[in-house]
This record gives sequence, C-alpha cells and structure tokens, in this order.
Amino acid sequence: MLNIINKSPLSGNSLDSCLNVATGGEILLIEDAVYAATSGSSFEKKIREAMGRFRIYALLPDIEARGLADRVIEGVSTVGYDGFVDLVVANRNCQSWL
Amino acid sequence: MSEEGIKKFMFVNRKAPYGTIYALEALEVVLITAAFDQDVSLAFLDDGVYQLKKGQQTKGIETKNFSPTYRALEGYDIEKLYVEKESLDARGLSEEDLLVDVTVLSRAEMGNLMEEQDVLLSF
Repeated sequence: MLNIINKSPLSGNSLDSCLNVATGGEILLIEDAVYAATSGSSFEKKIREAMGRFRIYALLPDIEARGLADRVIEGVSTVGYDGFVDLVVANRNCQSWL
Repeated sequence: MSEEGIKKFMFVNRKAPYGTIYALEALEVVLITAAFDQDVSLAFLDDGVYQLKKGQQTKGIETKNFSPTYRALEGYDIEKLYVEKESLDARGLSEEDLLVDVTVLSRAEMGNLMEEQDVLLSF
C-alpha cells in the first residue's frame, strides 16, 4: 500500500497513526508532511525507525518550497510529481491519511 | 477484487464529531456508496471512535445529532464496523460505551484489514 500524508507530524497525528497501524509498504510525504522528512526535527527518530518497515518518499517541490532541500534525512527518497504518479501506479491500493 | 465489479471500500474515520465536518461528510459518502452494491466497511480509530459514543445530546450546540445514523446503516446492508481497541483504551472507552454493534480489532488486525481493501477513503 502507498500511504500518503499531508500534515505536519508536529501538529497532527496522521503520520503517527499511519506508522502505528499500517502494515508496511510505502509512505509518501507531501505538503506540510515534508517537515517530517527533515533532519533535526523531533520527529526524525521516528522516521529513522520507520525506515525498517517502510520505504519513505517526500515530494521535492514541497520540500523546496519550504526551504528544506538541504536537510532531507538520509534514506528518504525525494520524488517529483512524476514520481508521485509512479508510486500510485505501482501500488495496488493507497490511503490518504487526513 | 472478490467478485466481478464489486470492490472492497473502507471508510476510515479518525476525527471526533461536531468539532469538524469530517464525520458527517463521511456518513454522507458511505450512504451514497451503499447505493452501488459495493463491499463497504467503516473503520474507527483515534478520535474517530468518539463518533460512536452513546448518549450524544446536541440540542445545546444547535447541531444535528447524526449519531443515530450509525444504527441505520444496517438497513443499507452496511454491517461491517471496525473499531481499533488501542483507540478505545486511550480514551477510557469500551465496546459497551458504543451505540452500535462493532467488531473491535487490535491495531495489527486493523492494519491487515486495510491492506485487503481496494479503495480506502479517509475522513
């Protein structure tokens, strides 16, 4: 499954819930969720732990828009809109965690 | 897909009622989906479990109490309601506090059930 998150992990529990409930697969961080993909945040540890169970992607245009392109956590793959589409196509189902 | 043309739809409810419009909107879409003879289930986790709390009285906030609708879902052949146990526990609730019959699942069971779905819609 592709899990899509669009909220900051510091102001909502969407990403936490996804990490707790989802069985594995892929996570794509978009919009304000890209803050979760940056080093130095209090969420970094959880992202690093999650890498054992999930492949984690973040949408580069959203990272760049927020001035964070130089601090993406190592192991998080950045993708463009074309990569977003590829992820949706490659997975049997997807869930947007609102 | 289990049968020709029938997909497994799961509506994932993670928001409390009344504070935002998500819970009511989810119910509206669930009822629409029921008209298309699909395999529909509802999942309740996080604050979404509050949607099913017995005894909701909304007169004081001048808002429609839509909680009786959950009991009417059976009439639309929607009988698969799943509630995550960890979310109930975290809120001091148990199955007896809920206004409709549900299946209580562990977090892991909920994750597996989500994996089986064809379509997941989150509210």
